Amino acid sequence: MPSIDLITNVVVAGLLTGLVYGLMALGLSVIFGVVRVVNFAHGEMMTIAMYCAVALFGAFKLDPFLSVIPVAAVFFCVGYAMQVGLINPFITRPEHSQFMLLVAVAIIMVNVLLMIFGPSALNVQVDYQLESFELGPILFDKARMYAAAMALATSAGLFAFFRHTRTGKAIRACADNNLGAKVVGLNVKHLYALTFGLGSACVAVAGCMMILLVDVVPSLGPGYTLLAFVIVIIGGLGSMPGALFGGVLIGVSEALAGLFFAPSAKSMFGFALLIVVLLFRPQGLLGRKA
Amino acid sequence: MNARARLLGAALLAVLLVLPVIASNYVLSVATLILYFAFTGQAWNVMMGFAGQLSLGHSLYVGVGAYVAAAMFVNLGIAPWAGLWVAILVCMALGAAIGFLAFRFGISGVYFALLTIAFAEFTRIGFDHLQWTGGSGGLFLKVAQREQMDLLNFRGPPAMYYYAILVLAAGALALCAWLLKSRAGYYWQAIRENEEAAQALGINTFRYKMLAVLISSAMTAVSGVFFAFYYNNLFPEQIFHISRSIEIILGPIIGGIGTLFGPILGAFVLTVLADSITEVLAYFGVEIPGVKQVFYGVVLLVVVMFLPHGIWPTLARKIGVSK
Repeated sequence: MPSIDLITNVVVAGLLTGLVYGLMALGLSVIFGVVRVVNFAHGEMMTIAMYCAVALFGAFKLDPFLSVIPVAAVFFCVGYAMQVGLINPFITRPEHSQFMLLVAVAIIMVNVLLMIFGPSALNVQVDYQLESFELGPILFDKARMYAAAMALATSAGLFAFFRHTRTGKAIRACADNNLGAKVVGLNVKHLYALTFGLGSACVAVAGCMMILLVDVVPSLGPGYTLLAFVIVIIGGLGSMPGALFGGVLIGVSEALAGLFFAPSAKSMFGFALLIVVLLFRPQGLLGRKA
Repeated sequence: MNARARLLGAALLAVLLVLPVIASNYVLSVATLILYFAFTGQAWNVMMGFAGQLSLGHSLYVGVGAYVAAAMFVNLGIAPWAGLWVAILVCMALGAAIGFLAFRFGISGVYFALLTIAFAEFTRIGFDHLQWTGGSGGLFLKVAQREQMDLLNFRGPPAMYYYAILVLAAGALALCAWLLKSRAGYYWQAIRENEEAAQALGINTFRYKMLAVLISSAMTAVSGVFFAFYYNNLFPEQIFHISRSIEIILGPIIGGIGTLFGPILGAFVLTVLADSITEVLAYFGVEIPGVKQVFYGVVLLVVVMFLPHGIWPTLARKIGVSK
């Protein structure tokens, strides 16, 4: 039996990582909640962001916290373009057709990364990765702390955008009642594209933060896609606090599973939790009933 | 089916029957792969194409079917002809459990798809830690003596595997053709098009969706057993992986979902495409990992964008075999 101190430390680390997971899932949740298209290339976009941070660090010694700005801006534009060029024509197609489209995009993304960066693991090294804050027996990894704070700040910004700006309200109107939004003259296609752009920007920030915590290989993509789905379903699809809450839940359960069982079994708990939630509370823990 | 379709079908069957005599080992292995995907795709098509239930976790049935028969063979010395039935029963039980839970709790669409992925992933990690089947280190069958024919243990030359999968693929086609024209087939299509309307007409949608899952999982179990004895090695990381499930469903979707020939045509197109990309790249001396899959992805993207109903419906009209 591991000591209480160890368990507390593991839980804290899981919680902080979970917030970054949560931000990634938030991107997925926002996209699905509004556009109603399941972004099966979500994890692949996450790995692209991680590679962007690696490349910027390699070329200009740019700290991932500074890379966030250009990477998120580029992701926003690419996301907007993807929605306009690829996904909008598929809005009215059946689910499996949309699924195939994004799977094709995901296959291309993974393998372009493989062509450019090769199969070996890459990371960034900054000095604060080895430092930590101490609070009694609990150690807070500095990198993890900062990453979690960034994830929280980005999420807060997104919450504020959706709650207080006109555009944010318009997007929520689209999600609530698509026909009604059209009737009052909202440009739904443009708002969809904005949403996809925002979701992509969330992933960009999450990716830049994640590279401080783990190494990246091209094959990480599908795993992150699944992880994002698990989190979003557990938290409640379309619920923004739900995504963060789900992220923390998964982060902590992964950390504890790694401690008590085998590290390789960690995602099993996530999937078990997903199955239970789907069966007994399909709207998710914080979701509203449809 | 008109006269022209019958003629083309007979010609295709004739070519397939004599293929081991006229073709090289390489061509035969490609043909075996195509038929394997055609058979598995047909199995998936029963659930999605006929009854409209999107499963993204069919690797679960392939993997469990393969592991059950292989583990019985390796660990207990039980011949695959007996193991096959156990594998089918286990997979049907799994399918029944997933279907029961999902349909009783009213899970459909994307959520159902995610549930199937979750079960497949859960099982993958479980098998990673199951020592009886070798855990993540894999389970290995003794490589078949290629010149000796041992039908009892399903070990033999490539032609034996080829004929076995040919029989399976042809059998699956016949079964699906019959199913599609049966009462259940019409009920399925009604459920696929509009489940509420089907229910209002008095169709027991729960029972018929379950039937589709059971048939599909049983057929996929058979393809798993074939996979185990043809490839001789099983790794949870590979066989249960989500990319395997996607591989299975690409054929029917590219070929034409819900059609009888779609899964076969799709398997042919995709396998030949993948192999010819490899050949072309080798010819030009390109050896960057990932190039092949990028081409593959682009072709997929183009087909999905411009042929939303798959290749077969368009092709069938062009060559005049459909009404």
